[in-house]
Amino acid sequence: MTQAPAIAVENLVKVYKSVTAVAGVSFSLPPGSMTALLGGNGAGKSTTIAMLMGLVEPSAGTVHVLGARMPGERYRVLHRMNFESPYVDMPMRLTVRQNLGVFARLYGVADVAARIAALADDLDLVELLDRPTGNLSAGQNTRVALAKALLNTPAVLLLDEPTASLDPDTADWVRARLDKFRKENGATVLLASHNMGEVERLCERVIIMKQGRIVDDDTPAALLARYGRATLEDVFLDVARGRGEAARAQLRQDAGDAGEKPAPAREAAQ
Amino acid sequence: MTDRADARRAAGAAAMPAAFSAARVGAMVLRYSYLLRSSWPRILDLIYWPAVQMLMWGFLQLYIAENSGFFARAGGTFIGAVLLWDVLFRGQLGFSISFLEEMWSRNLANIMMSPLRPAEFVAALMIMSLIRLAIGLVPVTLLAIAFFGFNLYGLGLALVAFFVNLILTSWAVGIFTSGLLLRYGLGAENMAWTIMFIFLPLTCVYYPVSALPDWLQVIAWMLPPTYVFEGMRALLIDKVFHAGLMAQALALNAVFFAAGVFAFLAFLRSARRIGSLLHTGE
Repeated sequence: MTQAPAIAVENLVKVYKSVTAVAGVSFSLPPGSMTALLGGNGAGKSTTIAMLMGLVEPSAGTVHVLGARMPGERYRVLHRMNFESPYVDMPMRLTVRQNLGVFARLYGVADVAARIAALADDLDLVELLDRPTGNLSAGQNTRVALAKALLNTPAVLLLDEPTASLDPDTADWVRARLDKFRKENGATVLLASHNMGEVERLCERVIIMKQGRIVDDDTPAALLARYGRATLEDVFLDVARGRGEAARAQLRQDAGDAGEKPAPAREAAQ
Repeated sequence: MTDRADARRAAGAAAMPAAFSAARVGAMVLRYSYLLRSSWPRILDLIYWPAVQMLMWGFLQLYIAENSGFFARAGGTFIGAVLLWDVLFRGQLGFSISFLEEMWSRNLANIMMSPLRPAEFVAALMIMSLIRLAIGLVPVTLLAIAFFGFNLYGLGLALVAFFVNLILTSWAVGIFTSGLLLRYGLGAENMAWTIMFIFLPLTCVYYPVSALPDWLQVIAWMLPPTYVFEGMRALLIDKVFHAGLMAQALALNAVFFAAGVFAFLAFLRSARRIGSLLHTGE
């Protein structure tokens, strides 16, 4: 039996006054998958994620998360979702323990103290728990934000630049924790990132956006092969600078010869 | 994927959160109380200005009373007025500042993305408004007794009626202002600080409604606090409690409160459309 997708997006459009931020995006993510959303500034990644969270209402199209249509039915599923973004902070005067305690209660975590202790242990926050959140370094703040995002053991986790501001060692360590969390809990993870190494290591699928549209969607290995590049960073640059069109045209031709649709269209048709 | 994951998913699917949760309201109250306790300037600020105002109006009343027979009979009207005005003004400010704390700390998206529902958020802000009001006003009412022998609590049950009506108006305006902040971001912050001042001349805090021109009296009687301040003067000067005035104020407050909630929800919908929940700057 085919599992219902954890996230299903169909013909999603968002127009702000005269600016089209998202222009007809479709994709679906199966439960337990980890997918990267790539794209330059203004590609529409943040707006897409905001619509997945129910913070922004689509102009057209639909978003379903765990079977609930967003934003109308968001309260059915918000307790099973969470997110982390560098553009959102936690109250700085509160200690880490107080902040995590407040959010644990908002998410209905059963044993708040035990959950905070477990996360602090796992994310190396024990020494930070009783320090004001505003006194932490950027890297420590990122780890606290990650702890907040994992408080309710979410079934859907949305991450915006999860390792921003972290040194390479800590970033690598955080990636390992995310991977472990996903595998242990079967969570569906969608992450927006500019760190291509991170994407290659963590994600089995990459969706590339440009000017509000999906321009490519495949596994990292398939993208590397299609663009004839050694790294996803080069693929990203090809797409950003318009050099990827030839590769995609070739893909469309190959797919046409074989009677198939190219990856993004295939996804949209699902 | 593990068995544990399947079990957790099944459990999560079954656990639909309650439509209104006292625990989530409590979590928000806890969050604001942590903030208050961590900052003595915030607590001092709650007491400072009400105390200054009460002292100023109290001494003014003493001076006038010594030189006017009417004001000698109307003992306490200015002090009573300034204390009740503070219930109205500080009640709204307590509500709005707690809301603003989320915007100042860039925490609003965390809150809006959590299972906290708008009604729970509003309930937590109301509770914080009462807590902040108590911290600010109780010491000042005691000062009024010490300096001027004016005992606000001596108004008895009438004080309850005055307080309920004033706090309801303050919450209605606070809910409306929070909606404005959601929709327009910190660009609307000044409204949160100043919106209540339009009530100061129109609700006749320090003078009777009859002092207004006829056309303005019509507007004044549309505002619930006008009934409270008229009722207070009747009680202090004529020693009469007009229950009818309080009932009229309560009915108007029901309309104000409903309008505030309606506006808040409309602003929230609009904020979702324009994407201002994620970016709450200027």
